[in-house]
Amino acid sequence: MEKKQYNQINETVYQETLANGLQVLLVPKPELEQTYGVFTTNYGSIDNQFVPLGEMNMVQVPDGIAHFLEHKLFEKEDHDVFQEFTALGSSANAFTSFTKTAYLFSATTEIKKNTEILLDFVQDPYFSKSSVEKEKGIIAQEIQMYDDQPDWRAFFGIIETMYQDHPVKIDIAGTVDSIQNITKDDLYTCYHTFYHPSNMTFCLVGAFDAEEMLQVIRDNQSQKSFDPVQAIKRERVVEPAHVNKEHAVLHMPVVTEKCMIGIKETPTERPDDFIKAELMSEMILDYFYSKSGAYYQELYDLDLIDGSLGFETERQISFAFSLIGANSTDVEQFKAVVLRQLDTFKTYTFSDEAFTRMKRKMIGGLMREMNSTSNIANSVSQYHFLGIDYFNLLPILEGITKEEVEAFMHQWIKSDNVASFFIKKETKDA
Amino acid sequence: MLQAQETIINRQGYRLHMIQSNKFKTVHFVAKFISPLSRKDVTKRALLPFVMQQATKNYPTANAFRQKLDDLYGSTFSMDGSKKGEMHIITARMSVVNPSYLSTDEPILAEAVQFFNEALFAPKVLANGFDPKIVAREKQSLGQKIESIKDNKMQLANMRLIEEMCEGEVYKTHVHGYPEDFDAITPENLYDYYQQVINKEPLDIYVIGDLSSLNVEALFDQYIERATNEPMPNMQAEEKSVTEPKEIIEYEPIQQGKLHFGFRTHTHYSDDDYPALHVFNAIFGGFPSSKLFINVREKNSLAYYAASRFESHKGLLFVFSGIAPTDFDKAKTIILEQLEAMRDGDFTEEQIAEAKSLITNQYKENLDEAYGIVEMLYNQQFSTNKSTADFVSRINAVTKSAIERVANRIELDTTYFLTQKGAE
Repeated sequence: MEKKQYNQINETVYQETLANGLQVLLVPKPELEQTYGVFTTNYGSIDNQFVPLGEMNMVQVPDGIAHFLEHKLFEKEDHDVFQEFTALGSSANAFTSFTKTAYLFSATTEIKKNTEILLDFVQDPYFSKSSVEKEKGIIAQEIQMYDDQPDWRAFFGIIETMYQDHPVKIDIAGTVDSIQNITKDDLYTCYHTFYHPSNMTFCLVGAFDAEEMLQVIRDNQSQKSFDPVQAIKRERVVEPAHVNKEHAVLHMPVVTEKCMIGIKETPTERPDDFIKAELMSEMILDYFYSKSGAYYQELYDLDLIDGSLGFETERQISFAFSLIGANSTDVEQFKAVVLRQLDTFKTYTFSDEAFTRMKRKMIGGLMREMNSTSNIANSVSQYHFLGIDYFNLLPILEGITKEEVEAFMHQWIKSDNVASFFIKKETKDA
Repeated sequence: MLQAQETIINRQGYRLHMIQSNKFKTVHFVAKFISPLSRKDVTKRALLPFVMQQATKNYPTANAFRQKLDDLYGSTFSMDGSKKGEMHIITARMSVVNPSYLSTDEPILAEAVQFFNEALFAPKVLANGFDPKIVAREKQSLGQKIESIKDNKMQLANMRLIEEMCEGEVYKTHVHGYPEDFDAITPENLYDYYQQVINKEPLDIYVIGDLSSLNVEALFDQYIERATNEPMPNMQAEEKSVTEPKEIIEYEPIQQGKLHFGFRTHTHYSDDDYPALHVFNAIFGGFPSSKLFINVREKNSLAYYAASRFESHKGLLFVFSGIAPTDFDKAKTIILEQLEAMRDGDFTEEQIAEAKSLITNQYKENLDEAYGIVEMLYNQQFSTNKSTADFVSRINAVTKSAIERVANRIELDTTYFLTQKGAE
């Protein structure tokens, strides 16, 4: 077991790779009431083409299957796993993203039992024809709930506009039609390929003893047998650097129209470049488009936003993009102004004062994220897959120079990597 | 007793609550002003937090205001209005990184306290009112915010349910206010109203974090001067019995129908049966092991979500579910059957024990959240029941008969279904 201490932020991480390949990360915080545990596999909605474990040929599985599998792992032959957790008074949940599926609990007592239940249910799948059929109704309702949400439609709308071939453009839950094709055999194929311990992390954050919990996890894992570790072969889709389309529109019954602007990037794999690009793109967007930003203020003064302006960066090994979006009473004008603003990035330079301020704000934001056990556990896990140490972000951030940020910003916006997407009101015609 | 360590100091004009905790990397300040909810004032109260965050005396533009927060290592400041029973509360929240985690000698915390007080007590004033440009622009923003609720169907259904259910009661008042009031609100009369809030209403200030090296009292005292010492208002809300349950069906071009129910619990925060209402809700619809989730979702695949939530001060219980438009009758029958089962005592001692541990767990987790602790402690001030603070032992003492008693007091008031035309 490796113990790492981070003095500036007063955190300690215990880390071990078990014999079966599982990466265990423990962050004890004895001052808290609760413990949050998350078991994450490096498998998400984009992994829809791969060579199944023990086979030779690439297959393609139905859209939405990673999320479907997430739902179905909770159901066993004779019971629902939720009830094992609730019997202990704890709560359980799960989520599927583009690249990860995570199963979690939060509890204030019986941490050992909760941990064992989490490990055991994820590692003991039970899929039957009838339970798969039953789930289709529930997930169809989940999909239709999202279909009625303009923000969700705008999010996938801009991604589809930017991406031509990459599976990031597929809705994480799939469609009501695509999930009809999912079978129990498909679920087992995905499960056996992607839920090998060597493709997973287990992370606990909260009130527990690290030595004791590590032993619990070791004992639990050593009782189970797994196939030998094998590299997973995933299809690598070649996605052009330019956007698929410059612009697209969706008409839906909304009161307020929306505009999304997307900046598509060529992803970087090297952990050092990756994390710097992530921190810098967030820092730059925040500097211009948060409430203290000059570009936010300009949009506000022009009456183009109602205070709902948002921005985000999504960065993974195989894709990276940033979004700026808002409700607007004039989506055309909003788009024109933001495109003009983004164009200034090509030559923009910061004053020392402004640079200090933007960095301070990022530092404060990082510290604030560390107030939350779930944030810590999810970040520690997800960065770990990328070869990045979450608790080391602070010194990396402190070390970023003004020149680096400017160099990043100057190459960010190109002639062909920005797209826009509107949610417009349905036109009333006969 | 499982509680946060709170020290309350009665200062001239306000109560200062200090909560020492080493759980956070930040220090948090929260200020709460309270007034009875009224249709007449609600738009002013909704607008005020928007206007106050735009400019102060020393930070006269939104940019200057927000940049000062950025300089303080990305401190956060927010302000909003909310409903608690038939009261309206204006809350300001600020958080700042505890300087012991930073490599700086600057007096970050003292500056943050100064900023917090400036935002509350020294807004930008021109002549005899707020800046007219800011007021005009913020009316527009609030108006757009109100409009956009219609794009969130769950929120829309919930709002319409309360409007219909509480017709004729002050509780139906919209917390975001009403655009038709905008014309009558001027920079001057809004400022007069602000003066009334700031000078007259009961004020509670909470400071939470590692306060060991900080003289909180002295820091706040230098900024706050208030002549008033208003006691906390009485939380008692209007009680109404149901004569005949209502059913409202409305149409929107949507794919998923929203089936919501409003009940009257006749059980309130200070009542001896209040803990039994918690346990009732945990078995009925508060968790994924509850009757609603199991029967509506797991057994019948009718919904992705089906849950219940209760309001403590007015005495309301709500059920929410998202269903296919054609499943209205089936889902309604199943949901109401679950309440019937609760009334008949159709639940086991095991389920009761589980519900209690779920509630206790949730309560303890809340003690790890700075703003969660503040909300819990603020709520306790309204209790006329001395044992309120001893939450966990009261939950553990709840009996099966108390749960049945609570269940039998619950009345269905309104069924609200938002659906698509032509689906039924």
